[in-house]
Amino acid sequence: MGKDSLKTEYLIIGSSHAGLAAADEIRMNDDASSITMVTMEDLLPYSPTVLPYIISGKVSVPQIYLRDAEYFRTQRINFVKGKAVTRVDPETREAALSDGSRIRYEKLLIATGAEPTVPRVENLGHVPFLKLRTMADVLQHLDVTPKARSAMVMGTGLVGMHAAENFVHRGMHVDVLRARARKNPRILPNYFDEECSGMIQKVFESHGVNFYLTDHAVRVAYEGGEFIVTLSSGKALRAGMLLVCTGIKPRTEFLPNSSVKVDEGILVDRKMRTSVDYIWAAGDVAQAEDFFGPSKILNAILPDAVLQGKIAGADMSGGRLDSDYVGGISMNTFNFFGNRAFSIGVNDSENGERYRIEKTISPSANVYQKMVFEGNVLVGMTAINSNLDPGIIMNLIKGRVDLEEDCPEFVGNPFNVSRRLMWKLWR
Amino acid sequence: MTACLQVKGIKDPIQSRIKPIKDLKESFFAPTICLQCGDPACVSSCPAKALTKNPETGVIEWNKDNCVNCLLCTLACPYGGVFFDPVEGHVAKCDQCSGDPACIKVCKPKALVYRQESQVFNRVGDLEDLFVANSCCQGCNTEILIRHVLRRVGPNTVLATPPGCVPGTGAVGVNGLTTTKVPVFHPLLTNTASMLAGIKRYYNRIGRDVTMLALAGDGGTADVGFQSLSGAAERGEQMVFVCIDNEGYMNTGTQRSGTTPFGAWTSTTPVGDRLRGKASDQKYMPLIMMMHRCEYVATATVAYLDDFYKKLDHAIESSKKGLAYLHVFSPCVSGWRFDTSMTIEVQRMAVETNYFPLWEFEKDKKKIRFTHASEHPLPIERYLSMVGKFRHLNDEEVAHLQKSTDDRMELLKSLS
Repeated sequence: MGKDSLKTEYLIIGSSHAGLAAADEIRMNDDASSITMVTMEDLLPYSPTVLPYIISGKVSVPQIYLRDAEYFRTQRINFVKGKAVTRVDPETREAALSDGSRIRYEKLLIATGAEPTVPRVENLGHVPFLKLRTMADVLQHLDVTPKARSAMVMGTGLVGMHAAENFVHRGMHVDVLRARARKNPRILPNYFDEECSGMIQKVFESHGVNFYLTDHAVRVAYEGGEFIVTLSSGKALRAGMLLVCTGIKPRTEFLPNSSVKVDEGILVDRKMRTSVDYIWAAGDVAQAEDFFGPSKILNAILPDAVLQGKIAGADMSGGRLDSDYVGGISMNTFNFFGNRAFSIGVNDSENGERYRIEKTISPSANVYQKMVFEGNVLVGMTAINSNLDPGIIMNLIKGRVDLEEDCPEFVGNPFNVSRRLMWKLWR
Repeated sequence: MTACLQVKGIKDPIQSRIKPIKDLKESFFAPTICLQCGDPACVSSCPAKALTKNPETGVIEWNKDNCVNCLLCTLACPYGGVFFDPVEGHVAKCDQCSGDPACIKVCKPKALVYRQESQVFNRVGDLEDLFVANSCCQGCNTEILIRHVLRRVGPNTVLATPPGCVPGTGAVGVNGLTTTKVPVFHPLLTNTASMLAGIKRYYNRIGRDVTMLALAGDGGTADVGFQSLSGAAERGEQMVFVCIDNEGYMNTGTQRSGTTPFGAWTSTTPVGDRLRGKASDQKYMPLIMMMHRCEYVATATVAYLDDFYKKLDHAIESSKKGLAYLHVFSPCVSGWRFDTSMTIEVQRMAVETNYFPLWEFEKDKKKIRFTHASEHPLPIERYLSMVGKFRHLNDEEVAHLQKSTDDRMELLKSLS
């Protein structure tokens, strides 16, 4: 141990939702011990989720910080910003920082989140494409966007769709394309089935967005301030901007090989403990239990990051929560061109033997509602422009509530029946 | 709901911040509304700091300028408290009308009540703790009680506490130290009130204003300690006398006392072939003290902490003129037999069934004032079933307790 190393009881790497939830929980249970939070960003804590809205001008930077300096003062958290952790040594329980300093910890939480993946497309590494994951990316966007008249979005997930809408609002011509070939390609494949994705896609198309889903990019070039993407069909697309958002991968490069077990993310148990003593992981970096299956999954979504952070914080500081992590459930909300959608749990209709589907669709009003049941237990719900409470539906799924004889009434009047169940079961 | 629409200037029922649950096969009366949670999932799931919990009022506030319409709060909230307003095109939630909720005023049966009891923690949270418990049972109510009473009474106090659980916590001394930060006396069971009366008169003579406080059990108040208390009340001695009523001698092995209720098991009123717990009804001490024409008499429990502190304030003030008597209902985990996590819930249920009604009496006002709604009490079984010492009761015995509770309520109402 170096003489100049700082000592701390709790070390948290990362300052977004998981890290902050853990810090709050630790302070709740342990009023006295030292907490140190390290972030590579030279900024107060913020949420990656808010970044597209800064680009669209919906919100501005100073107002969206999740905590201020006063918070760190009153909670007595040593906030170290602008320094990345370059290495963690589980043997000596030390973390090395990018400025050469070291921190000796008793307990460590890794909440470093994830970073964008760069797909294998020829020459992509040599062109100045944009990403959207950090505040630095945002600044680059704000610099480039006003000058461009057209944009290409590579990737069909939520980040890409948000960005596409933003570009439309700026009056830009927008092309959405894929980086890889896929069977039955559709937008937002993680959250919506073909039919529902199709409805969302139509809304985007009605606002002038072009989709090239059956095709995929094979080569990228940058000439005279213009990006040129060649598709597998041979067609070439041109635009002043190229945004690549094909997915994210957990940020684990500071962990030495053969210490903490890492698959896609850091493997954790239901208390967010890693394979190594005194180290926990939570949020987008963690690969935790799946609610529906035996394997461990990445479930990079804000409310889950908060929950995992809280569970880790409680376990680190001897607190007690109602339950351990019950497993990740895919979930999200999506607001697009004045429409709104949500997706929770099982959304595909492929496993017809196991699941029963109840659908209500009104294409003219752009309303879609799909419930997926296993027996009389709700396991999934996707909806567009429905007034249902996503949080109540989420709890029904999470609680594996057997609707029994209420099931037919629920299918006909889910809005009120789910609220009654909320009162009876957990309010 | 109509009131909500009016006051918020919105038109469509879907926009109402409080919504009925309707169109069901069986009617179900309960609203969907924001609970203003203590640990709100909506706030921690907001990426843009648009939702914040106001530390003063406890209300979760939504800031339109920060909201990015991501709707993650609607996914995080398990109660439907924050919802999408399709007319306005953003989320909406109850803001309690800035402290004056419109829905409360129009709810005729008073099913909706606006309660702010938890704000008591903002008011008393920073007061100094003058007591650190040393040897309490797990789940002990007396510990909570001593701590809160001493917080409010403050350091300028002389405490007297006769034999019972209060000294047992270490209040009067452990290894030559006491666990209280005020001077504390340990009188006999019989003379608590007369001893404090003497000390107070001495301080009055030398011109120092010091609060006299007694923390006594029901034995030290209603039975063994009664004659000196009765005398002090009759003479109008200046003190706050707090009776911690755990309905028996819990400190010495759970023997019955004058305040043990009918039917209750104790070690001296056992349950077997011949006996079925205590055969006579309890002595209702608060009314006895009221008839002494004390300056102030009140019943209280720490389950209604806001009410408790208000009465404590009142008692301290009244003790400058004469005797203030607080009768505090204090269930005992080990002697009454219930789970250690249920201490507060047992008290709450005793109040909600009118088994232990909350009221106060001021000498000047000449009548009782109820401080907690008593019009729609829950059946007494709800309370009795929570407590092990009543486990053996049959229907007839339960009916007896229900009747004595109802009779007492009738008497109290006639005095209100």
